[in-house]
Amino acid sequence: MKTVIIKYNAGNVQSVMYALDRIGASYLYTDDEAEIRSADKVIFPGVGEASTTMSYLRNVGLDKVIPSLKQPVFGTCVGMQLMCRFSEENNTECMGIFDVDVKRFPADAGLKVPHMGWNNISGYQSPLTAGLPDNAYVYFVHSYAAPICDYTVASCDYALPFSAMLHKDNFYAAQFHCEISGNAGQQILENFLKL
Amino acid sequence: MLTKRIIPCLDVKDGRTVKGVNFVNLRDAGDAVELGAMYAAQGADELVYLDITATVDGRSTFIDLVRRVAQTINIPFTVGGGISSIADVSALLHAGADKVSINSAAVRNPDLINELSLEFGSQCIVVAIDTRYVETENGFEHIVHTHGGRKATEIRSIPWAKEVEERGAGEILLTSMDTDGTKNGFALELTATISGNANIPVIASGGAGNMAHFYDVFTEGKADAGLAASIFHFREIDIPDLKEYLKNKDLPIRMTR
Repeated sequence: MKTVIIKYNAGNVQSVMYALDRIGASYLYTDDEAEIRSADKVIFPGVGEASTTMSYLRNVGLDKVIPSLKQPVFGTCVGMQLMCRFSEENNTECMGIFDVDVKRFPADAGLKVPHMGWNNISGYQSPLTAGLPDNAYVYFVHSYAAPICDYTVASCDYALPFSAMLHKDNFYAAQFHCEISGNAGQQILENFLKL
Repeated sequence: MLTKRIIPCLDVKDGRTVKGVNFVNLRDAGDAVELGAMYAAQGADELVYLDITATVDGRSTFIDLVRRVAQTINIPFTVGGGISSIADVSALLHAGADKVSINSAAVRNPDLINELSLEFGSQCIVVAIDTRYVETENGFEHIVHTHGGRKATEIRSIPWAKEVEERGAGEILLTSMDTDGTKNGFALELTATISGNANIPVIASGGAGNMAHFYDVFTEGKADAGLAASIFHFREIDIPDLKEYLKNKDLPIRMTR
């Protein structure tokens, strides 16, 4: 099986690679369109800011490649947000795979932003959450979130309920960092690779 | 619900943990990777590795250690000690650290906080504040200290905490040098003041001696996370027991067993 991690101007993706190493999965870290298209599984990680990463993706054409992929694609954190329609982070038009707009956590809710730390997810409706305990804890670091929508397959609460995971056709996404979310995160990655 | 985090801190010199540890089930208690993996398995929510090596050789040993930790454990970890430039941070993040903690360098050059958060994102920039309550010309005040708490600055800790947030820090690691090592509990009032002012998470450090101290720092002290070293290393408190205790007192805690 060929797994590709999409290379772009995202921040540190080293921990994603180590997480795949730990479950014994091999992978290619590349931005080459032919390699991406021929992969069995594609991981679209993300650490960074929406507008700069989105304009990078446009410049290299990945903004057209990613939505046209047919194999299972898994976007995490900012990767998930870039798969949505629009992000309030510097008013960024994103790839529009999920028809939902990413919004900033309200400042007036009396909660700290970013939402940083371990929070529980629930309402599982995804093959990626198979075998997870109810209310599994996963690690989040983000200031923007997708509201609950038609594609929500796991939700989380911080100030408001928001989408912890999205799914549409061959596109899967998680707002949290599977690679550092303990055994729960590892299970989700294994489930994705088993699709 | 977002949980309160329990964070063991490991002091590392030349790639090995220095504070004496007393774990019979470890092959090598000085092995910082093995110790960290054991804490992760016990339910620690994050780890902090502090490099107390001063030499250049020790530095590259530490980066190698960071790489091995990142390869081994599946929870977030922060590294700190002697970080003073964008290049230092880049090397540590590239090795797989999730966050870096800066202290003296931020005091010397506060613009570094802005530069680092722009370059790498606020989420991975922790500013450590070592503070001591000392007499100044204005009476007793909380004053920022550097060099492991030995060297006083002229900076007042409470406004400094606000400033580091405004400059782009993603988290504050607050250590009270007054309570550190006493085992009499965290500095609750100061932690509550700083955490109450902050819109970023505050990790409280210094003074943990029993499980109730953690309850106090999460409630009265308004801390988002509690950090300790020797009480975990010497098994005066076991992390699973601590988490169960806090859970039974209705605090939001991530249970792993």
